[in-house]
Amino acid sequence: MATFLEEINEKIKGVPLQACYHCRKCTAGCPVAFAMEHNPNKVVKMIQMGMKSEVLNSSTIWLCASCETCVTRCPNDVDIARMMDCLREMAIESKIGAREKKILHFHEAFLSSIKSGGRINEPMMIVNYKLKSGDYFSDMGMGMSMFMKGKIKLSSPRTKDIESVRAIFSKTSK
Amino acid sequence: MKVSYYPGCSLHATGKEYDLSVKAVCKALDIELQEVDDWSCCGASSAHMTNFKLSVALSARNLIAAEKDPGDVMVPCAACFNRFKSAQHHLRSDETLKKEVEGIVGGQFDDTVVVRNPIDIYYNEIGVDTLREKVKKKLTGLKPVSYYGCLLLRPPGVCEFDNYENPVLMDKLMDSLGAEPLNWACKTDCCGGSLTLGKTEIVVRLVDKLMFMAREAGANCLVTACPVCFANLDTRADKSRGLPAFYFTEIMALAMGLEGPETWFKLHNVDPRPLLKSLGLF
Repeated sequence: MATFLEEINEKIKGVPLQACYHCRKCTAGCPVAFAMEHNPNKVVKMIQMGMKSEVLNSSTIWLCASCETCVTRCPNDVDIARMMDCLREMAIESKIGAREKKILHFHEAFLSSIKSGGRINEPMMIVNYKLKSGDYFSDMGMGMSMFMKGKIKLSSPRTKDIESVRAIFSKTSK
Repeated sequence: MKVSYYPGCSLHATGKEYDLSVKAVCKALDIELQEVDDWSCCGASSAHMTNFKLSVALSARNLIAAEKDPGDVMVPCAACFNRFKSAQHHLRSDETLKKEVEGIVGGQFDDTVVVRNPIDIYYNEIGVDTLREKVKKKLTGLKPVSYYGCLLLRPPGVCEFDNYENPVLMDKLMDSLGAEPLNWACKTDCCGGSLTLGKTEIVVRLVDKLMFMAREAGANCLVTACPVCFANLDTRADKSRGLPAFYFTEIMALAMGLEGPETWFKLHNVDPRPLLKSLGLF
């Protein structure tokens, strides 16, 4: 059976994580490191050590904003941003879910909006997010102000060939 | 010149003023825009953060649609730009994935379009000399810091845009309009992007730092080319510290004396009109 490290390397299809020599440049440049329980280079170390459950259950993998500063500055071209994508995907597939539930609810609401109309309808997407997350009241004033200015509308143009978009979702669903 | 145009979802909603100002500027510069036929969402962060194949396929559907008209496709939204460049990168470097994605999308990826941001097209195809000639009202006194953010630049091998630690193209455009772009340390910092709803406090902290650093540099506004950055700058800054933000194309239209800025500025959360009035630019 493949080790956790081998699983991730297989998914990244780039420079293997063993190439990391822990210079911590990724962590030094990470804009969200201050909020993470495990810094990016520590996640690499934890994967090397086979700590699958700890990594997939961590909030770190959800807090990564995918700014790609880490991979840009890595002296060994380790694609840490891609690694974070793989870890999120594995957490979802293995039914562990997300330590940061609201962040995953946002992604789900976003993708469900694409599936529904081919394009994002921002007000409907946000309503869907609020229903999923239970975060009903934040930004209500802002939303109303945008609505009053005509910046966001309840209905917006959709993709005509919506079936072609839905087919992409059904063929890539797991 | 004629280019294909992919507005993306944001430009038809919260980023409306970006869409309108890009179109106004292109018209004034004789750039004809042909909207990509029946486009769909690029998938943005949510797709690639949770399902790799879905993210490549959603972008591929649009790249294939754009290939009906090979050549340049203008993509103003930095997030869509990044997704398309990334999808092209993966489809070019992995033949097995390409075949699989073509099956998923139901079309052939011929790789015949060049994904370009308007900053690149205005700077490299039109040029600052022409822009200087088009200026009706020099933007003297406007001191923007250019905020490039993440998605136009990183990873550099994929985005192929500008210097990835010290980009200058937007600054040069601002300079050609008579504005006084200032140097600062946060050109390529992250605003927190899509965390804005699920983890608002992180975005508030990152935006607060950006505003602090912009003020330290002596700026009176920020310019950006990303609807996510713009929304965060415009809505997540502390009232006492926030500076007005602009899409760079709004500033171009203002300098070129085009119609529209009045309507667009009303859509901002942080009203930029008092600043412009105080400088005699509005």
